[in-house]
This record gives sequence, C-alpha cells and structure tokens, in this order.
Amino acid sequence: MSDLRSDDDRVLDERGDDTVEAELEALTGAGQLRQSSLWGDAWRKLRRSPLFIFGAVISMVLVLMSLFPQLFTRTDPRACDLSKSRQGPSAEAWFGYDVQGCDYYANVIYGARNSITIGFTVVIGSIIIGVVLGALSGYYGGGLDTVITRLTDIMFGLPTILGAIVILTVLNQSLGRTVWTVSLALVVLGWMVPLRLLRSSVISVKGADYVSAARAMGSRSRRIIARHVLPNSTGPVLVYATIAVGSYIGAEATLSYLGIGLQLPEYSWGLQINSGQRWVRDAPHLVLFPGILLSITVLSFIIMGDALRDALDPKNR
Amino acid sequence: MGRYIARRALLAVPVLLGASFLIFALVYAIPGDPIRALAGDRPLPAAVQAQLRDDYNLNDPLLVQYGKYVLALTQGDFGTDFSGRPVRDTIEQRLPITARLAVVAIIFEAIFGLTAGIVAGLRRGSFLDSLVLVSTTIAVSIPVFVLGFIAQVTFGLNLGWFPIAGINQGWYSYILPGLVLAAASTAYVARLTRTSLAENLRNDYVRTAKAKGLKKRTIIGKHTLRNSLIPVVTFLGADFGALMAGAIVTEGVFNIPGLGRAVFDAIGRQEGAVVVGIVTLFVLVFIIFNLLVDVLYAALDPRIRYE
Repeated sequence: MSDLRSDDDRVLDERGDDTVEAELEALTGAGQLRQSSLWGDAWRKLRRSPLFIFGAVISMVLVLMSLFPQLFTRTDPRACDLSKSRQGPSAEAWFGYDVQGCDYYANVIYGARNSITIGFTVVIGSIIIGVVLGALSGYYGGGLDTVITRLTDIMFGLPTILGAIVILTVLNQSLGRTVWTVSLALVVLGWMVPLRLLRSSVISVKGADYVSAARAMGSRSRRIIARHVLPNSTGPVLVYATIAVGSYIGAEATLSYLGIGLQLPEYSWGLQINSGQRWVRDAPHLVLFPGILLSITVLSFIIMGDALRDALDPKNR
Repeated sequence: MGRYIARRALLAVPVLLGASFLIFALVYAIPGDPIRALAGDRPLPAAVQAQLRDDYNLNDPLLVQYGKYVLALTQGDFGTDFSGRPVRDTIEQRLPITARLAVVAIIFEAIFGLTAGIVAGLRRGSFLDSLVLVSTTIAVSIPVFVLGFIAQVTFGLNLGWFPIAGINQGWYSYILPGLVLAAASTAYVARLTRTSLAENLRNDYVRTAKAKGLKKRTIIGKHTLRNSLIPVVTFLGADFGALMAGAIVTEGVFNIPGLGRAVFDAIGRQEGAVVVGIVTLFVLVFIIFNLLVDVLYAALDPRIRYE
C-alpha cells in the first residue's frame, strides 16, 4: 500500500507566513499578544489552504451521504424495472440504470456507507492497537519491546492484499461476509504503521528533560505517558489516520472487486465495478460512476492528510 | 560490512519463519475438508481418503505439519498440490511472468518518476511543479483495479494500441499492466525526488559551488542530483519486492498468469501448499530486496557505516 508511506513533502506555499505576522502585529498593537501553539498555527494555515478545504468539504459530504443517503436521493435503490436494464444516464436517472434496471445514482449513493464505515473502523481499530502497543513498547523497552518489534517485522513482511485475501477466506466461512469481517482483516494487517509512529516518537521524547522532571516530581509512568509522551505523537498519528481512511476505502473496494470482500446484496463500489465490467462496451456508465466516486473519496482524504502534514511541519512555521 | 550483512540475514530468518507460519496456520484454519472437496460429488473410498490424508500430513497437529513443511522447504521441496504437481513447478513456470511485470513496472517508475521529480524539484512553485503535485495526488488516489480498467478500455478496447489481456505478445503485452502497476509508486518516486532535490539545493555546498563560479548544470548534475537520488534509488530497490507481491490485482485485471493469480486460484481450491509456498516466496523476495537496499545505502552514502 504505497499511499500509506509518509513523505515530508510540502505543498503549501510560504505566502501564509507574512499574513500571520501581520495578524500577530495587529494583535500586539491592540495590547493582547496571543501565544501561538503548533495546533493554533496549523489550524490557521489549514483554513487558508484551498486543498484542505476541498478535501474537508468532499469528505464531509461523503460522511453525510453515508449517514443519510435519503438526503441525496429519494429513489429506492431496490426499486427496479428490468425493462430499463443498462440504460445510460438521462434526466430522470442521472447515472442511468444497472443490469437489473435499478436507479444507478441511488445505488452508488448508498455505496458510500459501507466504504466510510470500513475506512473509519479500520483506522480507529488499528490506531487503538498501534498506540497502546507502541507506547508500551517504546516506553518500557526491554523484552516486551523486542517481542513487539519482532512481531511488527513479521507482519510487515506479509503483503497486504494477499494477506487480507487469506484472512478473509477464513473469516468468510466462519463469520460470514460483512463490513466487520472486512474491517477486522484490514486491522490485523494495518496496526503496524501507527505502532511504529508511536514507538519512535515515544523513544525520542523519553529522554527529554521535561519527562525526567515529571518523573522526579513523582509522576507515575501511566501519567507520564498520557500527559507528556502521547500528546507529542498526536500530529503524525493524525496525519497517518487521515490518509489511511482513504487508503482503506480503496482496499475495501479492491477486495470486494476481487470477490472476497463484501457480497451482494450489500452496496459497495467495488462490487458495482465488478458486476459492471462485463458490460463495459455498451454500458460504460456502470463502471464509470462508482469508479469516479471511489477515486474522489480516496482523493479527498489523501489531500486532507497532505495539507495537515504541511501545516504541522515545524519546518514550515 | 560483512558482519552487518550476516547479522541482518540472520535477523531475517525469524521474520520469514513467522510470516510463513502465520499463513500456514491461516490456511490450516480454513474450514472445510480439502480432500472431500477434491473428490467432488462422488465421494472417494475411505481407504483412498485415508491414504491421501496421510500423504499430505493432514492428520498431524498444526505444528508438526508446519515442521515437516519447513524441513522439506530447506531441501528445496515446496510440496505438491492436490493434483500431484510439485508446487516448485508452478513457481518456476510463473515466477518469470510476475518478475517480468515487476521489472517493466520498475523501469516505468524510474523513468517517469525521476523525470517528473527532477523537473518539479528544480522549479519549485512553477506550473510544472503544480502539475506534478496534482497528478501524483490523483495517481495515488485511483485504486489499481479502477486504473487498470480505465487503461484497458481506453488503450486496449477503444484505441487498440495494446492487447487487452493476456501475455501472448511478449514484452509488448506487459507495457499496459506495467504502467498500471507502477502508477502509485511512480507518484511516490516523483514526490521523493522533488523533496530530496529541493532540500539538497538549499545546502551549503551548493552555495559554495555557486560562489566558486561553477555552472548551474555542473552543480546540479555533478553534486546535487547524485546526493538527492540516494533515497530514490533505495526506494526503487525496496519497491521491487513490494511490486511482485502487489501484482495480484493487476494480474487479475489483465488476466496475466503470474504468481498472484496462482495464489488467488489456490485459495479458492484450499491448496494450502501452493498458497503457503508462494506467499513465503513473496516474503523472501521482500526481505532480500530490503537487505540489498540497506547494503546499497551504505555503499552510496559514505556517511553511513555499519561497522
């Protein structure tokens, strides 16, 4: 999954700095100097980044679409008329009709829910595992760290899609094919990246003076981790999470496309593309619309993550 | 250096064993009886079933089965599938196909990724730079199977420039799948080159070279580029292993009979030996290329010494 890798690329231009300074000066002039935190700065930058706004608006629309698909379409996606099978887009059916003669626009809209659910579930699940194990492993070191690191290495060796196919073959036969089995398979293969992020940032902070000071003042390990160590890694984890939501949405679609993820009658863009590809000659819209929506969804999360990384990068301050 | 390589190679052994055991255990956990599935509608006589079960070690507990498997593996024996064909034959037949696909992809990655990255890195903020940034973001966002499908329909079906599927036209039939497989990594190479080049151009030695009156072309070609390409070259090396394992989707879309297809079909038939053998091979390739990259890193960057 190459899109999961972090690069420290900076898309933002440097134009923002002058305006921020001017703003600060105005504030000082008024007699109230605001301290600017990393997050405050980042937020100010993000609000000015057109890319971030684009990504945020699209992803919010998609989340809304997955919660209340009725807001976007009044048509029942299951109300079908076989005589309209594979008709192209028209004024009454914007995306045309599918093989069964169902309104394709409604079907594609309803597909957002499973994608968004899986994207968020996998990211939340793998971050919980990664943060807990990464913090323990980085903070305590020793034998525990060795075991966790070795396990991470082993899991990293497994190819993601291939591993997910094998895990899903096992899960599908015992638990059925649901949003939760697909999520579980992807969590099993996805916790290593947040773990490594956490572990390295914990190790880099562990020796810092303020951590020693907290310890000297009698703070317990748990408090030190929660108050001093974890907040330091919030930034990278948040950037990772935003991009990963997009990547996992893509992964779900891929698995469903391969016939190993979700199955009918679930709505899934991957499934729609899979069943539409047979008719690509005379009904290209069957592949086109779910493909476009899927790509835009992934794109919006990746753009947001990119913008977030630039905004949080101290080199840009 | 020798000691470093030996240590890394030794560390790779538990990773390889662990990963193959995980897959082995997973395949073992797939419910259903492969021998009965093999027989189809007419059940085999009990004696034949027992014999087959014994031949494939299916009566042993998981760990014993795995132990026997690894022992055979160390002697180059990948086991046989249920039709009696050695898995090694399948691998020998299909490995070149997947490797060829990965080689084509790596070449595209290097050519397009480097060109785009260098152009963007040298002229930051220009129109071309923005174009590279936008197109790399898009390339990363389109899932491989969608991209493959678009390419197939546009260049195969409508324009007729490339074969739609299969590998009947030699290297030529690998071009389109190779491009599709390379897309996401190409975007990554372009961004990596751009960042690395832009960072290197800000270094003191570039200013010194400029002050000495060297031509811009010499500064970039002789000094900056060489330094900036170190992370890119190492990424390309490591990516080769990832591409081979990641080819499963591309092979599916373009109907290429490579290793990925073989695993995919084998999972459906519960052919444990084929699945475990090929996945272990993928992990091995992945580990070897990562090891090579670490060594390459030390060779390219004199600041890094592992002694």
